[in-house]
Amino acid sequence: MKRSVVLIAAAVLLAGCGNSGEAAGPQQSQAGSPAKVTFEWWHLSTTEPLKSIYAKRAKEYMAEHPNVTIKMTVLENDAYKSKLTTVTQSGKAPDVFATWGGGVLKQQIDAGLVKDVTGDVGDVIGGFTPAALSAYQFDGKTYALPTDIGMVGFWYNKKLFAKAGISEPPATWSAFLDDVRKLKSAGVTPIALAGKEKWPGHYYWAYLAMRIGGLPALQQAAADHDFTKPDFLAAAQQVKALADLQPFQNGFKGAAYSTPDGQAATMGDGKAAMELMGQWAPSVQKDAGKGLGDDLGFFPFPAVEGGKGAVTDAFGGGGGMALGAQAPGEALDFVKFLTEKTNHSEAVTAGAVLPVLKGEESAVKDPNLKVVADALASATGFQLFLDQAYPPAVGQEVNDAVAQVINGAKTPEQAVQSITEVAKSESE
Amino acid sequence: MTTLTRGPEARPLPAPAARARVRRRRSVTIALFVLPALVLFLLLVVAPILIAMYSSVFRWNGFGGLPANFIGLDNFTRLFGTEVFRDDLWHLVVLIAFSVCVQLPFSLGIAMLLHQRIRGRALYRLVFFAPYVLSEVITGVLFSLILSPESGMANQLLRAVGLESQWLSDPGSVMYSLFLVMTWKYFGFHMMIYLAGRQNIPEELIEAAKIDGAGPWKVFRHVTLPLLGPTVRISVFLSVIYTIQLFDLVWILTQGGPSHSSETMAVTMMEWGFKRSQVGYASAVSVVMFALSLVFALVYQRLVMRRDLEGATTSIGGRR
Repeated sequence: MKRSVVLIAAAVLLAGCGNSGEAAGPQQSQAGSPAKVTFEWWHLSTTEPLKSIYAKRAKEYMAEHPNVTIKMTVLENDAYKSKLTTVTQSGKAPDVFATWGGGVLKQQIDAGLVKDVTGDVGDVIGGFTPAALSAYQFDGKTYALPTDIGMVGFWYNKKLFAKAGISEPPATWSAFLDDVRKLKSAGVTPIALAGKEKWPGHYYWAYLAMRIGGLPALQQAAADHDFTKPDFLAAAQQVKALADLQPFQNGFKGAAYSTPDGQAATMGDGKAAMELMGQWAPSVQKDAGKGLGDDLGFFPFPAVEGGKGAVTDAFGGGGGMALGAQAPGEALDFVKFLTEKTNHSEAVTAGAVLPVLKGEESAVKDPNLKVVADALASATGFQLFLDQAYPPAVGQEVNDAVAQVINGAKTPEQAVQSITEVAKSESE
Repeated sequence: MTTLTRGPEARPLPAPAARARVRRRRSVTIALFVLPALVLFLLLVVAPILIAMYSSVFRWNGFGGLPANFIGLDNFTRLFGTEVFRDDLWHLVVLIAFSVCVQLPFSLGIAMLLHQRIRGRALYRLVFFAPYVLSEVITGVLFSLILSPESGMANQLLRAVGLESQWLSDPGSVMYSLFLVMTWKYFGFHMMIYLAGRQNIPEELIEAAKIDGAGPWKVFRHVTLPLLGPTVRISVFLSVIYTIQLFDLVWILTQGGPSHSSETMAVTMMEWGFKRSQVGYASAVSVVMFALSLVFALVYQRLVMRRDLEGATTSIGGRR
């Protein structure tokens, strides 16, 4: 009786182990032909046209290299993030995986999960724009190749601006605040904002900090963890000055970004005059609301009088493909294939991504995206989204503290103080 | 337990040695049947609790093998020092108070009404119970549409009579709105429990009270309610345990906002564990949640539900 219990237990254990015996690494086949290689590719492009473009690229590559098998895992944004987090926390990373770079990638690098490709990409790296590459480079080393880049700016409703008697978009912050007042007195909601999701609010503080303190100040803060300096405080005070004008739509504190009554829909249905959002804004406006068509315009975040930052400094983010520490050489070769000019330009022409390669701007067809691409091409500096540039805890605290300033739950002083506290404790 | 072996084929065993052999064989059989459930329980319930307790005393972002930076109880001191977490506890107290003082009496009232012979009684029972069947996520999405400030149905109806509410978008009203949604979803469940309890009360007792001259209120107060005691106690228990762990609804409706005014412990845990990748700190939150639930469950069972559990097979000394 006892022996049979042991046998059953052993059988159950063995059955459980059955599938893990399969090796995914290279296996030597017959003499002459190259070794068989299988690698994984995780990405989150679940929407057309990129979904089928990526599937096509994988097929093309496998056709050219019969010894290579690419296993694709395609997940929607949130599912992708949580699955990648789970896998990386267990100490592994997929061979090729989509990344936003910044602080999250840095954590993965520090955990030894990501391959340093600096030595292997020397032949192609010169072709990428510096802005596109910046999110994946740390201490002079490169850890991913970019596939997309974009920036945040004001998307505005030309008709509503005309209704308020504003002839051209504001170039300075004080002119911007004046325009907000004009819009309000014309009975127009000046700004749409998703207060429930905190990231859209952090754009305001980030851009103001860039314009007032300049890009070096934000980089300096990443190193010395001090956000209480006068320039950062001034940025928070300007966020409060804007919020005090009550420029946001009714019930913005509970509004989401892309839901039927959210920020994008409010903007897309012509119920608010502008929103501060990334290059994806026009398509989400059309998705969640009616879309503005030719009434939609774009202007960069205005300059702040006396500030150290240039109006041409851009703030945004993109996407890239990083390699797991154990990835085979073919995986890197595939990423190079994916970002080759002809291949990448196809995705740009389809309107799926923006140029990451020098001289690719001509491939952009959509007029709104063309404005963004041109602004990026002539950008004098680039800052990655703060909730991605800094370690996750710091980035989330920036989002949270700025949201509290906008809601009036924290003073500007308390906000920069709480960001500094988290940044300091994170660096210990 | 002893009746198990007394089947028709059981025959008396003369020798004590043979009896011992049978007993041993029986315990092996029991062990075999219990084993799969025990393994699952250890793997899926006990192990995660122990892992969470272990990681809660480390400073750990969740990456790379085991946590190494031991910091003792620092996560807990930090936790109780933050305003957000203290507010979580306050929100818990508020929601429990509301549930016990408003939601449960309301459910009890509806149950008493639907115990009467009224037209369409079965339909009402069905309709009131239906929200409980929906998943929390669907309920959350449904109400975020209904309570949406501009195009939401609630405000469109209110505007027709010249009113308006900020519902979920204002720190002052968000807890009431949240409680409203919780009540909508759960009053039907408690109503069903009360209905079942009410049906177990023999009608003779009610009739006897009526013959003795008791009016409807006195019958309810002195006969129905005391006899519903065990049911009420279990429904309070379920309601409190649910509130301690409240997550899905809040996450969908408000993500704890605006400005943390509707945040619960589970939302804080999610925020720190997954968004800020401070797994040690988030584990500390989960340990506090676990401890609260455990202490409440033990104390409540010991003090309040003692009589209801007497004679239950699970209680200690049940073989007596």
